[in-house]
Amino acid sequence: MRGRAAGARHRDRGLRVRPGRAPWILLLPAFAGAAFLVLPLAGLLVRAPWPDMARRVTEPEVLSALWLSLWTATAATVLSLLLGVPLAWLLARTEFPGRRIVRALVTVPLVVPPVVGGVALLFVLGRNGLLGQYLHAWFGIGIPFTPAAVVLAQTFVAMPFLVVGVEGALRAADRRYEEAAATLGAGRATVFARVTLPAVLPGVGAGAVLCWARALGEFGATVTFAGNFPGTTRTMPLAVYTAMQSDPEAALVLSLLLLGVSLAVLAALREKWAFVR
Amino acid sequence: MTGEAVLDARLCVRRGDFELDADLRVGSGQVLALLGPNGAGKSTALRALAGLEPLSGGHVRVDGRDETTTPVERRPIGVVFQDYLLFPHMSALDNVAFGPRCRGLSKAEARARAAELLDGMGLAEHARARPRQLSGGQAQRVALARALAARPRLLLLDEPMAALDAGTRVDVRAGLRRRLEEFDGATVLVTHDPLDAMVLADRIAVVEGGRIVQQGTPAKVARRPRTPYAARLVGLNLFRGTAEGTEVRLADGGRVRVHEAHRGTVLVAFPPRAVALHRERPQGSPRNVWRLRVDSVERFGDQVRVHLSGQPPLAADISPAALAELGLSPGEAVWASVKAAEADCYPA
Repeated sequence: MRGRAAGARHRDRGLRVRPGRAPWILLLPAFAGAAFLVLPLAGLLVRAPWPDMARRVTEPEVLSALWLSLWTATAATVLSLLLGVPLAWLLARTEFPGRRIVRALVTVPLVVPPVVGGVALLFVLGRNGLLGQYLHAWFGIGIPFTPAAVVLAQTFVAMPFLVVGVEGALRAADRRYEEAAATLGAGRATVFARVTLPAVLPGVGAGAVLCWARALGEFGATVTFAGNFPGTTRTMPLAVYTAMQSDPEAALVLSLLLLGVSLAVLAALREKWAFVR
Repeated sequence: MTGEAVLDARLCVRRGDFELDADLRVGSGQVLALLGPNGAGKSTALRALAGLEPLSGGHVRVDGRDETTTPVERRPIGVVFQDYLLFPHMSALDNVAFGPRCRGLSKAEARARAAELLDGMGLAEHARARPRQLSGGQAQRVALARALAARPRLLLLDEPMAALDAGTRVDVRAGLRRRLEEFDGATVLVTHDPLDAMVLADRIAVVEGGRIVQQGTPAKVARRPRTPYAARLVGLNLFRGTAEGTEVRLADGGRVRVHEAHRGTVLVAFPPRAVALHRERPQGSPRNVWRLRVDSVERFGDQVRVHLSGQPPLAADISPAALAELGLSPGEAVWASVKAAEADCYPA
């Protein structure tokens, strides 16, 4: 008690130990870094043709690109969840020969330039590709230059984000709960569905958000594998790039729209699940 | 043990330098406590029984059926884990219904059984609560209900009292004892607290260094411990020595006179309160008298425990008034005496 009273007295007199002042050698680059990240976006806002805005964002080409972007990014995220969560489970919870190699290969798309990914997809799934030729010959399916190709390109680039995030969450989860479930008679599938998955749901959510954001912004792999056809494969990033060639102001409008939509979606998700820490 | 054992196991587990080798037999309705210090292998034994730890040898039989290689999820077991490990995203009811559901009951049947069990535990109004809303004692009862819900034949409890604060322990322990008495399968309980073992178990197995060093009823273990660890747990002075008639020559030096005559290697035990301390050498009735040195003095309940070094090294409990009268301080020499009738002697 006496110690606490003494502490209070010290606080009243302003005698509490203060951390040292932040040094300039760190502060200056920190401010410069923040400015570098914020200013270009602020520039978008300043230069935007605001009076014209409502009309320009409701043009049919813009709306179709936006709609295409939103649904393909969502489809790519769903596909990534369906394939990526089991993959993350396999990497985190099982031991098999070559597991480390598989893990390394799975994360390769994180470091490979997306355009290289696009080329690779084309040579595998293209009409003359390793698998594509059979798809075409046997089923008459041609993937390149369709919305499906957009989804595949986005999935290729974005899924590793989800896998890495979910695997981390699985490794961090307390495995004793899985043991408890097993002693209660739950097989591995039941343990996964009823104990493991609920425990790592925040991690899955965070991974899905990251994956969706990455898919929404995908450019290189998409333009290479799916092309740039208005209405079918011209997503927002491609529309921005195309507009930039002829009408920079239109590119500005599209950029702002993309920025606004992605921020709105992320904010809504954050509010709902508090995924982003 | 007489009759059919529900649990009959020999557990051999080797992990690095550590080796567990233990024989366990528990009858119907019986509770066996594995009592031992940290790292003795008691939790490993429990995990091996559950199938969570692979055996390097031995067997596990429950009701005569060999379960040695049965996967965890198909063993007739229920486990209460140390921190209870209630699933945080499920209500108490769904936690309890989890087991029956996994064993093939419909959702409605599983929930009905869970509700009935929770009701029996006095937790009907907490059925919809999440685990973090429950007190420690309530969480323990939910964990017990969850372990019993799938009607196991072997119930395993890992330090069931460790997560509770001291204030609630007495009540919770008594409640747990009552519920264990109602269970007709075999129960194995792991604890490092002798009080838990004494109150909850019918038999105690003292585990040290991966071996069972003593097994018997709580009363027997408490009265006649066989190792210094067990003696310390039950608060006795314990010595090993060689008896010739009523005199025992101690292995570490010194002699103790006992009441009954023995021959060969024996253990001698007496409680610290049987030791009297004197400034002058005491005279009179046949007793043991030693000249010892005061090591330390500490409070022990309403008594004072005096640790003495010499031959033999002892603990003595005296009243604070006696301490003041003797004016003892560490390093001083003192006379200690114990009546021969107070020293229990038994074969080692």
